Amino acid sequence: MRVSKRASGALAVGAAFALIASGCSSGNDDGGDASASKDGAIVIDGTQPENPLVPANTTETGGGKIIDWVWSGLVEYPNNGGAPQNLLAESIETSDSKVFKIKIKQNTKFHDGTTVKAESFVKAWNWAAYGPNGAQNASFFSDIQGFEDTYTEDPDGPDGPKKAAEPKAKEMSGLKVIDDWNFEVTLSSPTAVFPTKLGYSAFMPLPDAFFATTPAEFGKKPIGNGPVKLVSWQDDVELKLTRFDDYSLRDKMKIKDVTVKIYQDDTAAYNDLLAGNLDFQQQVPVSSLAGDKWKTDLGERAIQTTIPSNGIIAFPIYDKRFQNKDLRRAISLSINRQEVTDKIFFGNRKPADSWANPLTPGATPGDCTACKFDPTEAKRLLQQAGGFQGKLTLSYNADASHKEWMEAVAQQIKTNLGIDAVAVGVPTFAVFRANINAYKMTGLYRAGWQQDYPDVENWINPLYVTGGSSNDGKYSNPQVDALAKEASAAPSLEEAHKKFAEAVKIIDQDVPAMPIYFSGEQSGHSEKIKKLELSNVGELDITSVEL
Amino acid sequence: MGRYLLRRLLQLVPVFIGTTFLIYWLVWSVPGDPFAGKCGDRGCPPNYRAMMTEKYHLDDSIWVQYASYMKNLFQGDFGITFGGREISDIIATSYPNTLKLAVVALAIEAIIGLGAGVLTGLRRNGFLDNLVLISTLFLIALPVFVIGFVLQWLLGVKWGIVNPTVSNEMRFSELIVPGFVLGSASMAYIARVARTSIAENRRADYVRTAIAKGLPMRRVVGVHLLRNSLIPVVTLLGTDLGALMGGAIVTEGIFGINGIGRQVLRAIVTKESATVVGIVVVLVLVYLVMNLLVDLLYAALDPRIRYE
Repeated sequence: MRVSKRASGALAVGAAFALIASGCSSGNDDGGDASASKDGAIVIDGTQPENPLVPANTTETGGGKIIDWVWSGLVEYPNNGGAPQNLLAESIETSDSKVFKIKIKQNTKFHDGTTVKAESFVKAWNWAAYGPNGAQNASFFSDIQGFEDTYTEDPDGPDGPKKAAEPKAKEMSGLKVIDDWNFEVTLSSPTAVFPTKLGYSAFMPLPDAFFATTPAEFGKKPIGNGPVKLVSWQDDVELKLTRFDDYSLRDKMKIKDVTVKIYQDDTAAYNDLLAGNLDFQQQVPVSSLAGDKWKTDLGERAIQTTIPSNGIIAFPIYDKRFQNKDLRRAISLSINRQEVTDKIFFGNRKPADSWANPLTPGATPGDCTACKFDPTEAKRLLQQAGGFQGKLTLSYNADASHKEWMEAVAQQIKTNLGIDAVAVGVPTFAVFRANINAYKMTGLYRAGWQQDYPDVENWINPLYVTGGSSNDGKYSNPQVDALAKEASAAPSLEEAHKKFAEAVKIIDQDVPAMPIYFSGEQSGHSEKIKKLELSNVGELDITSVEL
Repeated sequence: MGRYLLRRLLQLVPVFIGTTFLIYWLVWSVPGDPFAGKCGDRGCPPNYRAMMTEKYHLDDSIWVQYASYMKNLFQGDFGITFGGREISDIIATSYPNTLKLAVVALAIEAIIGLGAGVLTGLRRNGFLDNLVLISTLFLIALPVFVIGFVLQWLLGVKWGIVNPTVSNEMRFSELIVPGFVLGSASMAYIARVARTSIAENRRADYVRTAIAKGLPMRRVVGVHLLRNSLIPVVTLLGTDLGALMGGAIVTEGIFGINGIGRQVLRAIVTKESATVVGIVVVLVLVYLVMNLLVDLLYAALDPRIRYE
């Protein structure tokens, strides 16, 4: 099973940072044959969606990928890696980053022929934010005024006897439909990055048909508004998609049919790719990476790209032993990231040198001074911190391939600092996460972050701000909190990015976690595909495929 | 015969209840929170957890859960997964696939294994005998996944004779390679058991009598020798069906077959005890029924065995 279940809720729609006009195997032209494309069909690999396909309730890659294709949002993330562009939105206007006036393009259609209206968004968002509906992506709506009235927390946690109170309201007061094509969103506090978030799958519109049935029923045969529609879904076997001919937005499909074949084992998919039975595999198996075998196998059809996802080792700052920032910095400086990525990942991942992934708008490459390799300074800082007593454990979940690199890091700490460091595998991701969520870690642990939407904000607020949704180490610095708050409320994205850069400088001094590598992705396609692009999270942009 | 059958069927009940409870208890005791890995590094929102906990009675004790599970089971309700799929649907789609694969494997091992066993048992120490001896040793020594990957790569990718993976239609021709892989180890054992059994009975008095009577060799081997030598082979084959179905996880993974192996693995990883138990319950039934069938076959093969 693939563990990368959309690690932190990835996002996407057809955009591409690492725009891969990859291996056009024909070589002499940059596109395919239009007539071959027109009725063309491809088979690509996928995994069984865990839940029925409802945008606000999907947080794993298997289903997330399908949602990204079947729906089109208000904004999309553009090919050149810049700021998001309007897709379904005609305009998104604000004067204070608190009240947003959103105008949508008129007369676009859902797959059942009904029209996408302002109401389709407002009703969908209210459904997702209403606590008792139990949507997995509910927290994405917490910026909107009135969210706390629709989403009540369980007072004593999920294990306690008390149940969450019945929410006071069914709808968020910050959402107002003006007419069929206009609506207004009021946030509880100014948030400059809000329009960027709107490309994430949680913010997709829903047709009236959704409210006439149950989410489970709807999700078996979802009705979206994207360039392709779902024809059939046979559990554990395949999902069939076909071009939506009434699609009127920019990114139309060039081919007709897409079959997503569900594989349990990526080696099986890879062998099908080599035998020509599969047209695209998003990530080739680890076994084919050794010695660059996949490049030999696939030749020009091999695609190497980077994706906005970081490998991180985090400190449990709630543990007294890790509260000295000199110690944390010493450990970070003792790790030779270049060696890890070269030796363990064969250069397929890049050594981290910044806090936010460099593909993200607003990120500053090279802003992680703690990411350097400096064993002399590391030793000095360790001495200054008074050394480290006992065993230093580095935990990872052993059900995915993390053993090798975690062991390499442990060995480097041991060699360069003389600390008794060992890598410890926890059998499953579930147990591993349960311990982290319960704040029970007694040593360093593996973490990872894949951005939900392309903005540096997504790399700071959830991870390093007090009370952030994924601040699992309980790092807290009032200065960082204040700067991040100012940044979030800045009137423009440029100013927000400047403030975030200041916050990152303080984070860099505190070293609450250690970025280790930037992820890469190795994909492959068949000879049939003449042109394709990958989205910003490395998914296939099916609208770009030409045969 | 009838009373024997009834007694055996009644014995199935406690075995059935015992095994299902053990499985339920084991799955239940696997550490970890079923939601911890479900929503990625972010963790599931509390409202989602609360809703699922209530829906699946996750906060009840194991006794209450098991009792309500069994109650539903006897009404034909296997429950639903966290994603809302009927587990009976999963069983209905994945079981036939695994069964087909196992039957093909069984047929291959019966035909090749038995054939090789009879030939070598009749002509011991010849060239053929040594060849079979070495090749069976080879098959037993190699793990299933090695045979699987090598055959898949050679036949499917390098030479392109077959598709590397099995399509959803599960055509018989596609199942030959996976069936061979799955049955390879058992095939080797069957060849060896059959060889020994034939070689022993070859010297038995009744065979000598048959030959002395002047019966043609074909009849001596086909009727007298083979039938009496089949008992250990049938025991192996019969119990093997269950083992093949339960042990197909690796083979199913390599060849991309949508069978019970994939479902059990997925359910164990995501801590969906109801799915694990549901699939294993049916597997237990397969084992029990096959054992019973084997015992009944003894009587048909060997006239000295009678059931009262």
